[in-house]
Amino acid sequence: MNYFIGIDIGSTCAKTIVMDSDKKVLHRMLQPTGWSSLDTAEAIREKLEQLGVPTSESAIVATGYGRISVPYADKSVTEITCHGRGACFVHGSENLTVIDIGGQDTKLIAVESGIVKDFIMNDKCSAGTGRFLEVMANTLALRPDELCRLAAQGGNTSISSMCTVFAESEVISLIGRGEKKENIAFAVVDSIVKKVASQAGRLTLGDKVCLTGGLCEFDYLRESLSRQLGVAVETDPDGRYAGAIGAALCAYNIRK
Amino acid sequence: MSYDLPAKFEEFSEARRQGFLRVKQVKENGGKVAGIFCTFTPTEILDAAGFISVSLCGMSNETVPAAETQLPKNLCPLIKSSYGFALTDKCPYTYFSDLIVGETTCDGKKKMYEMLGKLKPTYILHLPQGHDSDPVTVWTAELRRFIAFLEEKFNLTITDEALRQAARQRNAQRQAHMKLMELQKQTPPPLGGMQMYATMEGTGFMFTHEDRVNKLNQLRESVEANADRSAFAGAKRILVTGCPIGGVLQKTVKAIEENGGVVVCFENCSGIKAAFQMVDTEAEDIVKAIAQRYLQIGCSVMTPNTERMKLLPKLVEEYKVDGIVEVDLQACTPYCVESFQIKQLCEQINIPYLAVETDYSTGDSGQLATRLEAFLEML
Repeated sequence: MNYFIGIDIGSTCAKTIVMDSDKKVLHRMLQPTGWSSLDTAEAIREKLEQLGVPTSESAIVATGYGRISVPYADKSVTEITCHGRGACFVHGSENLTVIDIGGQDTKLIAVESGIVKDFIMNDKCSAGTGRFLEVMANTLALRPDELCRLAAQGGNTSISSMCTVFAESEVISLIGRGEKKENIAFAVVDSIVKKVASQAGRLTLGDKVCLTGGLCEFDYLRESLSRQLGVAVETDPDGRYAGAIGAALCAYNIRK
Repeated sequence: MSYDLPAKFEEFSEARRQGFLRVKQVKENGGKVAGIFCTFTPTEILDAAGFISVSLCGMSNETVPAAETQLPKNLCPLIKSSYGFALTDKCPYTYFSDLIVGETTCDGKKKMYEMLGKLKPTYILHLPQGHDSDPVTVWTAELRRFIAFLEEKFNLTITDEALRQAARQRNAQRQAHMKLMELQKQTPPPLGGMQMYATMEGTGFMFTHEDRVNKLNQLRESVEANADRSAFAGAKRILVTGCPIGGVLQKTVKAIEENGGVVVCFENCSGIKAAFQMVDTEAEDIVKAIAQRYLQIGCSVMTPNTERMKLLPKLVEEYKVDGIVEVDLQACTPYCVESFQIKQLCEQINIPYLAVETDYSTGDSGQLATRLEAFLEML
């Protein structure tokens, strides 16, 4: 095999990583998942061909919600295992706790000696997820990254509803009351951080805590999470690719 | 005597119509049907009174919307489904029950039975829930009160000899059931959990002692002779504990078995938890002996629930379990709260543990499958 590919089809975004036989990352690809995981998988395949990475010469592992919709993948592995492995690779440590705030769920993964030992995942509810942030940002006519930057200047406001739909009406009534936008933005981030921290309470946190997934690029969210958990939460520019990197690493075990 | 079918009979599926016709026939031949819900129901007493006991546990989402016209949404789906079946006349056994017997096993059921009592003749047994207040005396008195009620209401006599005979038969069934389940101690196990569960559930709808024992024995012999032992070779061996799971089998047990696992042991209601304890049929006071037998069931309504804490490590050892999956039904306070203690127990005995809470809808199937699959990858 010449290439080892990890494809992470999440609820919002599809991430692809191509590695060579020395585990060096050759390509990173990012695109919206859209409404059809199958179409997304096909678009990824075409892009890979254009980059000179034929799927026939590759070992491929798919992960994320769309992992079963990648017909040319050799194997599928859950995003929990992949985020655990990927975060270890990115952060150069075998012992860490991974917090992945994804589009529709939040996962906390305890990794010891490179192996997932325990994990927690939110069930039916979207509180504390990327989707929650997206909906609130939309209501405030902001992009999620803008919301997080604005939140740094706010304070003294809170949202109590965990349900995205009810929280949205809470935000609307705050707007109606003339509350400052930065204070509402603060309340939105604060709500996510508190929800994640309460989930974290059910897991023994390691010495090293890393944030992966789409939200890891938002500095204020990371700082706020660090304060709430009482540990320095680390991120890496490759954090949002952690799932795809983990999947690519799983591809090295495939024998063809 | 002849009995009427429910008004909507013609709209039912073929299988359901057959169920109705079968019970109707039993009744027309003079049979009496008792609908029961729980492993705490002293079936020996119903057997001795000449009743056929049938499980009424609602396992389908179908009747939940009807139930929610009267019951709160945030309630255990088993309670809602069971009540919904009574409300809509969709369950042949509920419909034709001469008597429904319920125990005060949890607050949700207790209050639901009050409402059920307005729809069907319902008798409530008050189950003592602790170990310090002489539960044997309390439960024995409860059983005697139940015997007196049946004798008066249905004009019959329940003799000690009939109770002993019933206890001998129920013990034989429990032994046959245990022997079948114990086949799963083998490596690899001869059956998948889905198949095993189907057999456990099936015997709940058989009407005579002979049918049940014969069926269990035949199944065991046929499995021993014909099982495809390669089907689950190398699969991770899972023990399932928690609430009754008949209504969530597809998204839990099936998901486990499609992703590299096999359920070798059910510790929950229709499994080992309530099957291994025998009645002492030679005891001087047979009613007390029956009472003692049921109080050994390690259900989370007991406080503290020491039996469950003792049983789980033993089963982990005997069934060579790789991981424990606790399946709890939404809003089941006793099991959902106790789950934290089970997690601590698992840490002590060093066995991986995953708890999931779910209901009868399919909305969380995808997420549940991901969690179960990740748990199996972790083992």
